[in-house]
Order: sequence, then C-alpha cells, then structure tokens
Amino acid sequence: MHKTSTLIMATVLVVASFFLHRLYGYISVTIAVMLASTALAGYPVVRKAIGALRYRIVGIEVLVSVATIGAVIIGEYWEAAAVTYLFLFGGYLEAKTLEKTRSSIKALLNLAPETARIVKNGKEEVVDPKSVVQGDRVIVKPGERIAVDGTVEDGLAYVNQSTVTGESLPVERQAGQQVFAGTVVESGYLIVEAEKVGDQTTFARILELVEEAQDAKAKTQKFLERFSQYYTPGIMVLSLVLFLFTRDIRLSLTLLVIACPGALVISAPVSIVAGIGNGAKKGILVKGGDVMERLGTVRAIAFDKTGTVTKGEPEVVFLQAFDIDRDELLGIAASGETYAEHPIAKAIVGYASERLAQDIRIPEETNPIPGKGVVFVLGGKTYLLGNRALFADHTVSLEIHEPAIRAEEELARTVVIVGSTERVLGFFAIADTVRPQAKELLKALKKIGIRHVVMLTGDNERTARAIAGQLGFDSYRASLLPQDKVSALKELQAEYGTVAMVGDGVNDAPALATADLGIAIGGAGSDVAMETADVIVMSSHLSMLTHAVGLSRATVRNMKQNIVFAILVAVILLAGVLVRTVDLSFGMLVHEFSVLLVIINAIRLMGYGKNTKL
Amino acid sequence: MKHITLQLETLTCPSCMAKIDGMMKKTEGVVKAEVLFNSSRVKAEIDESIVSTAQVKQRIEALGYKVLGEK
Repeated sequence: MHKTSTLIMATVLVVASFFLHRLYGYISVTIAVMLASTALAGYPVVRKAIGALRYRIVGIEVLVSVATIGAVIIGEYWEAAAVTYLFLFGGYLEAKTLEKTRSSIKALLNLAPETARIVKNGKEEVVDPKSVVQGDRVIVKPGERIAVDGTVEDGLAYVNQSTVTGESLPVERQAGQQVFAGTVVESGYLIVEAEKVGDQTTFARILELVEEAQDAKAKTQKFLERFSQYYTPGIMVLSLVLFLFTRDIRLSLTLLVIACPGALVISAPVSIVAGIGNGAKKGILVKGGDVMERLGTVRAIAFDKTGTVTKGEPEVVFLQAFDIDRDELLGIAASGETYAEHPIAKAIVGYASERLAQDIRIPEETNPIPGKGVVFVLGGKTYLLGNRALFADHTVSLEIHEPAIRAEEELARTVVIVGSTERVLGFFAIADTVRPQAKELLKALKKIGIRHVVMLTGDNERTARAIAGQLGFDSYRASLLPQDKVSALKELQAEYGTVAMVGDGVNDAPALATADLGIAIGGAGSDVAMETADVIVMSSHLSMLTHAVGLSRATVRNMKQNIVFAILVAVILLAGVLVRTVDLSFGMLVHEFSVLLVIINAIRLMGYGKNTKL
Repeated sequence: MKHITLQLETLTCPSCMAKIDGMMKKTEGVVKAEVLFNSSRVKAEIDESIVSTAQVKQRIEALGYKVLGEK
C-alpha cells in the first residue's frame, strides 16, 4: 500500500481507538480496532525489522517491533497502537522535513542542462549535452540553458549566471567572452564554441563539490559518532541489567526504544546540509562541515592583492622611454612578455597590440625569473624586463632614473623596467584598479570580529603601502615571492591562530593550501581554485565573504544547538523512564518530536542572510 | 581493492545510517564503508575476490533500501 494512504488509514484507526478506549474501555470492538491499527502501522516496521535481523542488526525497528508485540501479549492494546502509529507518523514527518533541508542542493542539481542545440553539417540539431564534444558550435536561444563552457563566437545576449556565480543580474555576453554551462540566456542569442563539456564544465564541478561537501563531516560530528558507538550498546546493557533486577519487561523495553539516538544522529548532518545549501544558492561553495567549523573560528584573514582586492586586470597608464623610440621600446617589451601569463604581461602585450602597426615579434629565447621578471633574447640582443631586483642581479644601474620610477610608485603603480644588459631603455607604469567593495568588506569583517586583515603581494613596498592604506588593511607584506606568502601565513598562524587566505587561485595556490582555510574568490572557471580552496566564492563579489563567514558561524551554532538539545532530550527521557513517569507511547512521542525539532531548527538556516539574523 | 559508490533511494530516517553501516561492516570482503546521509550514498572499499559489487547491492536491497545506481 502507498505510504500516504497507509498513514491516513492508520490515523483514522488510531483516532477511533482513542475514543473507543475512552468511552467504552477495552471491549471487543475497541480491541479489534486497535489491533487493526497496530497491524497496519506496524507491518512496514516489522518487515524492516526482519530485514535487519537477517544481518543480525538490532535497529530501532526491531526494538519497536519487540515492544509492540510485548504490549499486545500483555494486553496493552492501546500502547501497541499508539507506539506503532507514532513511529510511522514521525517517520513520515521526518522524511518530509528532511526533504526541505536538502531542497536547495536538489534544486541546484535540477538546473543541469538537459539538451544542447548544436550545428552539425550546417544544420541545427538538438542533442544530449553529454554527446557534445570540444569544438562543437552550440546555439543558445532566449530562455535556454547553455550546455557547455566555452567562448562566444557570435551573437549578443544577456545571460543570467546565477547558477554559477550567484549573481542575479544578467550580464551582457558577446563574441570573445566566456560563458558557463548551466547559465540561462535571457534575451538575444549566442553561438558558443564548446571548450569544456559534460563532467568538465564548471557547473558539473560545482555539483560534484556540493555533493561531496554535504557529507564531509565536522569534527563535532566525528565526536558524536564516537559517542554513539558507546551509547547504544551501553543502553542495551543498562536495559538488560534493569530487567535482571526489576523483572519488569515493560520498563526495559521502554528504555530500549526511547534510547535510540535519532535526533542525535541527524543533529549535525541536517545543519550542515542546510548551511551548504544556503551557500550554494548564493554562489558560495563550502567544502563540508569541518570547513564550516574552521571558517567560523577565523581570527585573521590574509588577502592576495592582485585579482582579489584589485580587479587583477591592470593597464599601462604611463610609458617612459629613454633615448629610444617609444614604439620600438613597446615592441621590445611586448616580445619579452609574449609567453607570460601574468596580468602585468597581458597589460603590456595588450597595450602594445593596440598601438603597434606590425605584429609582435617572437623572442629567440626567454628565461622567466620568478618574482623578478624575464630575461630574453630578441634580434640577437639580450634584454631585461622586470623589477629592481632583476636589474641589480645584472648590475645595470637604475640610479639616474630612480626619481622618475619612485614618483610612479608613490601613486601605487607598478613599474616594469625595460633595459638592455648595459642600460635602462625605459619603463612602464602599470596600475590595477581596486575592487569597489573592498573597503566596505574590510569594515564588515572587522565588525564581525576578525582581528587582523593583512594584504600579501608580490608588488613592492610603496605600491603595497598605498593600496593597503587606501583600503584600511591592518598591515601588508610586500615584495613576496610565492614561497614567501607561505611563510608569511605561517607567521600569522603563530600570532593569531586560525588564518584564512583569500586569493583568486591563479598564482596563490600554495598559500591557499597552507592557510587553515583557503578561500578562492572569482572561482568560476578556475580548476585550480576549485581544487585547492576550502571555500569557493564563484563570483568576484568580495561582499560574499562576509556572508560566508556569517553563514558558517550560524551553521556551527545551529549544529551545536541541535546537539545540545538532542542530548538533553535523551537524558531527560532516560531519567523519566527510570523513575517510571515516561511510558512507551509518551516516550515515543517525545522522541519523534525531538527529531522533528532538530530538523526544523536546521531549516531556519536556509533563510540565513535574507533579513533575519540567527 | 575496489572503490565503489552506490546511490541509494533518499535516506530519510536517522536509523537507516546505522543499519546500513552495521550491515556493511559485517559483510566479509568490505574493507571500509561509509554511509553518506545527505547525499544518500554508500561509499565502500571492497575486496573483489571475496565480495562483488552486485552482492553488496543485493545485501543493501535486502535490508530494504533500493540501490538506484553505481557511480
């Protein structure tokens, strides 16, 4: 029979039994109705109990079955009907409410694209997204979900990227720009060249991470599991001892049934799944319960500068040439940076290709020196491009140009010096714009109790000081090589305890891994960031960071409330049974009710950050 | 040694976890087992010379939980 109809019939029968019992006491009609109710509600319980017994597992169903059969034998028909009914009804409500705690994550899973429209042999064809291969051209029309990660080849559209970045405002996308699978074209149309398909797309990775995260256990949870390892057998021994002393089978059975730690077992998982669901909806991926716990205890946060507090898309704002044609200097510099992935290199190459008529020449040899720059050979001549350290290494004097360079640096610009092995040919001043929300974020973090915010950067002292001062960082560390960031973090950990590192995951992966907690910002599309970081903010909205910290604290608080409540109920029930004020059906009622309360408490988390404070 | 992940029907009762976990641990050939409550999955490491994936599936189903698929 269907679960719901079983429940409805059982409800009718149990209510009838209750009134018959009250009005007429145990007469044959009453007993018949009660037995019918018990049989109906008890059947699925007994069946599950037998299934478990076959593997010699004594689950709660076995205990309830034994208690029910025992009650019938000793003529407590009402107890039997009430206990089985409460168990069935409780289970039904628990299933329904649990569904709610999992609904955000489930909703996310349902957003996976189901079809893809590709161009094949000049014709449009609707196919399964899994059958799309790299390089296919995918057409997306208004209202449709993009099925692949790729670059727009043609068309113009407003795309709602909330499934990936959590941003609800649609963004404009046109040729050359990136789009993500799972996002929706609201208006316009796009032709997208597929780059990542199927399980490789950012969206598929998000789903996988979220699925993993919801069951990644918190420390508290592991403690609970150890606790219940001893608790359940302990109660069994206690019931047995109790029976041996009192010879009261009812008391022992009641104790067994009441003692099943249902609320305790789910107290932590329900909070975590609700918390992770809340984050996922807003484009924040928290990799599990232990991360939630650590995120809530963070005392100091280190920020990578480039790409995190700044947009990471620096531009050339000034070019100075010394006794050389500007275009020639630009051509040399662009050649040296052709292969570099660093944003500063891209700025120089971009600047050059906008201004130079001829193509950028390919250098014969390039030798990048981490944290310093690059040495390259072009047209048989060796050139240097980079910072002061690079020029010091090659004993090329900067002295006469120092004032000009320093003047640029005072303006928080990065100076890239270009020279031959004999002399300085010129320099570029490059500036990166600060993200608009950076200043408010730092204020907000302070408000929620973060004691120290520090900026880590590979840039020089002056650039770092200018930006750190402008934004209100407590301190800054400049001229850091990637490995220096790691040691800087270790120092911070020694001083402040739990330290989080916020970065874009591009060149700060080691630092993200070293910190107690790695937070990647603007993680959409970056595999490294999604792999290394513990928390991934998909959009580049810094303000999401405050939500992430707040959410994790709320989740941990919620989890603790649940645990304390569950333990309290267990202890009170236990005491109640032992002093004989709690009987079987009342005990069952309280037990089922406590499980429900724990779930309902977790559901509150799903609304966190809307307007209420938890 | 083989890692398997089985997707079960949605687990809704707290005691399911304990039961499936208990059964898995008593099954010979199952080296490690973990029941993931929220995603309703069972992750296990099995010794295939003793027990097969199909047998593990069967045992879970006999316990009363449908196995929807293997991941």
